[in-house]
Amino acid sequence: MAEISLQGVTKSFGKTEVIHTTDITINDGEFVVMVGPSGCGKSTILRMIAGLETSTTGEIRIAGKRVNEVEPKDRNIAMVFQNYALYPHMSVYDNMAYGLKIRKLAKDDIERRVQRAAKILELGQYLKRKPRELSGGQRQRVAMGRAIVREPAAFLFDEPLSNLDAKLRVQMRLEIQKLHRELRTTSVYVTHDQVEAMTLANRMIVINAGVVEQIGAPLEVYDNPASLFVAGFIGSPSMNFLPGLRSGDGVEVGEGLVVPLPPEIRGSAGEQVTVGVRPEHFVAGDGGGPRFKLRVDTVEALGADSLLHAGFNGSHLVVRIEGHSTPRAGSEFEVSVLPGKAYFFDTGTGKRLGA
Amino acid sequence: MVENRPVRDVLAHAVLITGVLLVAFPLWVTFVASTLTFEQIVTVPMPLWPGDHFLANYTQVLTAGSEKGSSAPVSTMLVNSLIMALSIATGKIAISILSAFAIVYFRFPGRSFFFWSVFVTLMLPVEVRIIPTFKVASDLGILNTHVGLALPLIASATATFLFRQFFMTIPDELAEAARIDGAGPVRFFIDVVLPLSKTHMAALFVILFIYGWNQYLWPLLITTSESMYTVVIGIKRMIAGGDASNEWHLIMATAMMALMPPALVVVLMQKWFVKGLVETEK
Amino acid sequence: MEKRVVFKSAWLPYVLLLPQITITVLFFFWPAAQAVYYSFQVQDAFGLTSKFVWFENYIYLFKDSHYLSSFRVTAFFSVMVATSGIVISLVLATMADSVVRGALAYKTFLIWPYAVAPAIAGVLWAFIFAPSIGIVTYFLKKLGVDWNWIINSEQAMLLVVVASVWKQISYNFLFFLAGLQSIPKSLLEAAAIDGAGPFRRFWTIVFPLLSPTTFFLLVMNIIYSFFDTFGVIDATTEGGPGDATKILVYKVYYDGVKAADLGGSSAQSVILMAIVVTLTVIQFRYIERRVQY
Repeated sequence: MAEISLQGVTKSFGKTEVIHTTDITINDGEFVVMVGPSGCGKSTILRMIAGLETSTTGEIRIAGKRVNEVEPKDRNIAMVFQNYALYPHMSVYDNMAYGLKIRKLAKDDIERRVQRAAKILELGQYLKRKPRELSGGQRQRVAMGRAIVREPAAFLFDEPLSNLDAKLRVQMRLEIQKLHRELRTTSVYVTHDQVEAMTLANRMIVINAGVVEQIGAPLEVYDNPASLFVAGFIGSPSMNFLPGLRSGDGVEVGEGLVVPLPPEIRGSAGEQVTVGVRPEHFVAGDGGGPRFKLRVDTVEALGADSLLHAGFNGSHLVVRIEGHSTPRAGSEFEVSVLPGKAYFFDTGTGKRLGA
Repeated sequence: MVENRPVRDVLAHAVLITGVLLVAFPLWVTFVASTLTFEQIVTVPMPLWPGDHFLANYTQVLTAGSEKGSSAPVSTMLVNSLIMALSIATGKIAISILSAFAIVYFRFPGRSFFFWSVFVTLMLPVEVRIIPTFKVASDLGILNTHVGLALPLIASATATFLFRQFFMTIPDELAEAARIDGAGPVRFFIDVVLPLSKTHMAALFVILFIYGWNQYLWPLLITTSESMYTVVIGIKRMIAGGDASNEWHLIMATAMMALMPPALVVVLMQKWFVKGLVETEK
Repeated sequence: MEKRVVFKSAWLPYVLLLPQITITVLFFFWPAAQAVYYSFQVQDAFGLTSKFVWFENYIYLFKDSHYLSSFRVTAFFSVMVATSGIVISLVLATMADSVVRGALAYKTFLIWPYAVAPAIAGVLWAFIFAPSIGIVTYFLKKLGVDWNWIINSEQAMLLVVVASVWKQISYNFLFFLAGLQSIPKSLLEAAAIDGAGPFRRFWTIVFPLLSPTTFFLLVMNIIYSFFDTFGVIDATTEGGPGDATKILVYKVYYDGVKAADLGGSSAQSVILMAIVVTLTVIQFRYIERRVQY
């Protein structure tokens, strides 16, 4: 069990800085998810914690101890890889036991730990098999088993579910949650899938282009995105963005529509402001907020709800409405924004206004 | 596909059977000759059906050798050939897998220099450096020894490249997992790399065994003592004079024994052989 | 391509490379350098004194009609070995790829000559073509051919070509078969639906798709005929009659070992090295295109 902290950490390859100054503290027993598009640097940060990459500057501490110069094996961490990285020629048992054997644990201790992990992960009947004789989900479980038997201070997960099919992914997500509830081990989990991030995280760290954009509990990030990037990345379908100009007490978004600004957001007329509205924050007809007259291009009827796609002053809008009052494609339709559910961003810097 | 299958099939089989027969013909004649007496062979035309001197001929060459040319028993030669082939095959595999591991899994000063110097050996077959290589062997005092037969031939660019290429396909995560599990380079090599390389080693072994068994120019240069002849050299030494004065029944029995071991390796380990051949040349 | 993960050690990689490098330096680089050094020298008949003569050995070689004839012999020999070997193997591989039954058996019966040492292949063919007792000679004489490769240059060349091709067919055959098997069947089916008959399909689809394999085999066969056929020649014609089958490699050996002309033989070695370098570069350009390192 341990706290992990990164202070002033950067990473450069040659002259290119790929991770800009990063400060993160992960509390003991916490499950933290680093989420961002591919290539944003989230895996690099994880690998720096693991000791597979060195940081260019800054300090990494695990359980209060500086580990920058410490070999991965001595950091007391365990890692689960995207492609599982199981030793193909070893049985499931040997895969889990390998690290313990190297650490010269007593035979019966190894046996006990592997059996316990196998029980938690329901792998008991597969211990003698080779990885190639297992399904994707089972291999994933072995990879986790290999981490569990080590009883490490922290688990590091690098996109562990990306190679699984959609159904299995949901199932394994639940299992990882359950596992964390049982073991309470500090966990750092990297994914590009915001649904995984939302469902698994105690806190999530949204990363973009080597910069930590926001750190917070999933719903907090969802409700109060700090930037255009976070607002667009978290939530599915994505938040709608309407570029506009500030005029008086509102933002003029085209077709004569002005979205009123809350009083706490100050500024001067003519500033470029982007208005963001989540698809689920529209209601059919008059809901009290600004009203949009839309011509529906396409309808995706998903059953429980429906997604309407429509153009508005050059932007593409997605509106989620209840599933059985769906208009036809091509028809006129009026929606309005729920009161207080519009977000405002500085178009230039991407920062949220009034946050 | 449908279209005229029978006619094309018959044609294909006819061509293939002709090919197989032509390819096999010298082998058949050799085998037949190795079962005849000298007199039967020099009677033109020689019979094309085996005679009854199989045991007599093979026993004579194995125990006593031929009467003219070389008198070393072929059994000694076979042992020499076997030692040479096995040491070349294992030696090449051993030093190549170590070099490839160093080149792929470490960064160190001179790494690309070493890589290219191994590569350059491809361009220096023994044929182009006959005399100076002979001198080195002579200075080291390894003429007429088993070490001399094998050692100079065990540097191998192709085997090194094969292993290097294979190591590149081992996922990086495997080495990372091993590092986190606490395995250092030596441990990783022994516990993970070696077991994973098994099939490549087997395939290479087949190819290199044949390569070693069939060496000709180098043993020709450095073996002057009959007790060190390999069987391929032995045959050459048995051919002394004109074609009617050679002891063809003994030469052919020796030839059979010289070509059977590698041929059996090819036929019985066909899968490894094909894999080795195709992969080393990639 | 590079590995992302590396191990750190200041000495281990050198230890791992040591055996390979020692042998390479001792038996490859040093002798090769020596060959270059000797090629600039002339020794007296007893090998007691030597004189540095710059390029005299080379100049002498290129004025020497024996050496120039050896070049011609080698060129003819390698073209014959490469083309006939490739054509025969391609026909056999195409047929073996087309038959449904017996493919494995044919393959087995066609690949074993690969295992036969060139010298042994030479002995086998020399025996069945032996001027007085050979079984094939007997049939040739019945057909009115006066066969004696010991004294007839063309027949000697034919013999070494046949023996060399025979040994190399297996190699070519396996590569062609692998190449043919990697051509997707759907491609041929599409062509058949487009109305192309078997011959047209072969020339317009199969053959072009095999061209990388063919090119590769061409280079490999040339290398084979330049160097590996030494055993075939030494076990049969020993370069004769006259210089009719004295290919470059054989001449290096003959002049260096039998005639003890150290300088001249070394100069020939150096020229051969230049040829190998060229062939290796060509071969590697090909590999680079096919396999991404």
